Amino acid sequence: MTLGLALAAVLAIACVAGWLGFSRARAARAGGAKLHSLPTYHGSYAVLWVVLPALLFLAAWVPVQGSLVDQAVLSSPEGLKLPDFDMQRDAILSEAREIAHGDRDVGFNPESTTLAPRFEEAEARYSVAGIAVSVLIALGAAAFAVRRVSPAFRARTSVERWLMALLIAASLIAILTTLGIVLSLMFESLRFFRMVPVTDFLFGTQWSPQTAIRADQAGSSGAFGSIPLFWGTFFIGAIIAMIVAIPLGLMSAIYLTQYAHPRVRTWLKPMLEILAGIPTVVYGYFAALTVAPAVRDLGLALGISSASSESALAAGLVMGIMIIPFISSMADDSIAAVPQAMRDGSLAMGATKSETIRKVVLPAALPGVVGGVLLAVSRAIGETMIVVMAAGLAANLTANPFASVTTVTTQIVQLLTGDQEFDSAKTLAAFALGLVLFLITLVLNLIALTVVRKYREAYE
Amino acid sequence: MQALVRKRYAAERRFRFAGLFAVSLSMLFLAFLLITMTYRGIGGFTQFEAAVPLDLPKSDLFLDPAALRGSDASQLIARADLEGAILKSAAQAYGPAADRMFGASAARRLGRNLLEDSSLLERRASLWLPVSSSIDVAAKGDGDAASEQLVAQLKSKDALRRTFNFDFLTASDATDPSAIGVWGALKGSFLTIVVTMVLAFPIGVLAAIYLEEFAARNRWTDVIEVSINNLAAVPSIIFGLLGLAVFLNFLHLPRSAPLVGGLTLALMTMPVIVIAGRNAIKSVPPSIRDAALGVGASKMQVVFHHVLPLALPGILTGTIIGMARALGETAPLLMIGMRAFIASPPGGITEPASVLPVQIFLWSDEVGRGFVEKTSAAIIVLLLFMLAMNGLAIYLRNRFERRW
Repeated sequence: MTLGLALAAVLAIACVAGWLGFSRARAARAGGAKLHSLPTYHGSYAVLWVVLPALLFLAAWVPVQGSLVDQAVLSSPEGLKLPDFDMQRDAILSEAREIAHGDRDVGFNPESTTLAPRFEEAEARYSVAGIAVSVLIALGAAAFAVRRVSPAFRARTSVERWLMALLIAASLIAILTTLGIVLSLMFESLRFFRMVPVTDFLFGTQWSPQTAIRADQAGSSGAFGSIPLFWGTFFIGAIIAMIVAIPLGLMSAIYLTQYAHPRVRTWLKPMLEILAGIPTVVYGYFAALTVAPAVRDLGLALGISSASSESALAAGLVMGIMIIPFISSMADDSIAAVPQAMRDGSLAMGATKSETIRKVVLPAALPGVVGGVLLAVSRAIGETMIVVMAAGLAANLTANPFASVTTVTTQIVQLLTGDQEFDSAKTLAAFALGLVLFLITLVLNLIALTVVRKYREAYE
Repeated sequence: MQALVRKRYAAERRFRFAGLFAVSLSMLFLAFLLITMTYRGIGGFTQFEAAVPLDLPKSDLFLDPAALRGSDASQLIARADLEGAILKSAAQAYGPAADRMFGASAARRLGRNLLEDSSLLERRASLWLPVSSSIDVAAKGDGDAASEQLVAQLKSKDALRRTFNFDFLTASDATDPSAIGVWGALKGSFLTIVVTMVLAFPIGVLAAIYLEEFAARNRWTDVIEVSINNLAAVPSIIFGLLGLAVFLNFLHLPRSAPLVGGLTLALMTMPVIVIAGRNAIKSVPPSIRDAALGVGASKMQVVFHHVLPLALPGILTGTIIGMARALGETAPLLMIGMRAFIASPPGGITEPASVLPVQIFLWSDEVGRGFVEKTSAAIIVLLLFMLAMNGLAIYLRNRFERRW
């Protein structure tokens, strides 16, 4: 609320300053002066000067204000009576905050009701201070910027320098995200590895985190051996799904690019892409409701008594279907990049179309196709919803496609969506799994991207 | 020689047939999936209603008709045991077997009727009310014996009819499958996508402009490029872990709010927009830039006045496809706690909300038979939205994209 008010005030000042800058520059031009920059740049310059410092201040102020309010409340007479115990005090504080904001009427703790008025006072005081300072900053900046308007002032250069900074900042966000992923996963994983040794995690073959929920259960600290999970992930994503997706995707791409009539292709290609656009939760539901029972019945009919209704085969099959358009479009690109001259040479020697494709085009396109397959594997092992809904939770180390296996992503979801104590090994294990998953997909992606790029350069 | 040629031609035909087979098999999968979902879900858009002779004056509702014209009428109705009153009337009309005939959806319908017409409290009236989930499932031919019997009885009295289930489009999550709807989840999805769009689109476009038009070829830009290309292929659940660690545990933003969901999805969508944006900017011919530079435009002016408008259709196409992906994303949102039971639509981006894919996931976990068709119906709604967005992207591409 107060933040909105401050923002509105700053924006209003920015508008006025922008208009002043613009009209002063226009007046100067009307008076016959030769401006270096167009009036709009003078206006934009003023707007930037007003908005950016004030926004920076507000961004810094909001968290500061929260802790200042908390301190003020705690040092008030009512606040000093609160218990010293941190968690209880925090609970009372947050309740009082909710009462003060009108989110609830009565607190669970009686103290919070008496504390609420203190909260309102402190918040009112500090938010008025925050608004006042941001408005002052905005006004000062506006005065500075508007006074600088003069025919010789290079407003455009300044505005463009600001814009450049904005562009660089935007592209740095990608690096920041990567860093954020690595750091947050590393940080939580390190805490996990303080409880469970790295070697146990990476090379253990027992996975049963559920026993680790309560510390008082003597002797059952939980087992965090991740081998069965990575085997399950690999089995579903890199073996079963690829057995389905590679032949179908590759042959689809070959047919669509080499054989199909252009008119047929313009219809079939988007249809194939629909498969890629279907949300994974839909595939998961389809796998769990339709494919899994069918696969189980098939297994039972084949005489496999251990056939599970959460079989690896069902999840892998559906995941393969999901990956088909991905492989097909990657293969499509690689095949299209093979120079026509190579094809013509082969056809001129009397080879049939299929011989040309098999012996000339495919070998030439192979690096691109392999890169695409690696990207597809990376996507398949990171896929979550299909395996959460269709694969099991039991960490089995088996190569039987009708048995139930579990995957890394299933376990991450499982570990993080139960009860949420943030310090238990169970919760932290999810981050360790995430870290390994991230590293694996990172390596796969890097190899694939390098291969694809090298390959593209080879024919360009 | 002849035999060899015949053999080679046969191989040619086999190869060609294998290709056709692969394409048709993929299409078949698609058709099978869509048909299964439609077949299972189409029933979720209709519901059965049964006629009940209601005798509210004799029920022990303790509702005052005068009070219902006051301002707190909806609270009074929410507190009254409408379900009990309906079931009592139903038992009188159809025998003791009718004690499971109506559920929360009937109570909600009656409450709405009472708000419109409080005179219902003072007279006897026959109303059409939506039946409970078990009866609904039985009427659609998949129920248990007791419910089937009741359905047959109702049908013989002509007291059962099938109507379009408007509640499914206007209600939110509930414990009773006959009363659930997708509106709350749709609103949550909408708010989340708006947050994603507002963050990811400008940042993505600006980053694409920088990388394509200004960045010098050096180690830094290589790092940025690699990390963007890699981020586009990082599993979505990793973004969920990032959101959990940074937005929830570090910044203490509200759990399961569209704000956090949107932030997480924005990080995930941004690389997709950057890549699409770079391709679109790359396809603008250099002659445009040269011409603008030639008449004295600055580099910034060239980009923002000439290149960007020409590249915009391509960027928008990529953005819409990225948004469609974000709309269907489930896993990262599960990580940031968007799996709570939310019975009312969110009022803002900081309130707890559910999104459509997560709602589908939650319903798919429910055991009740009524949930199966509702889950599939929600999937149909989701697929329609995806189809609309992808259709819009294709339309934009065909309408505005120029081949130079």
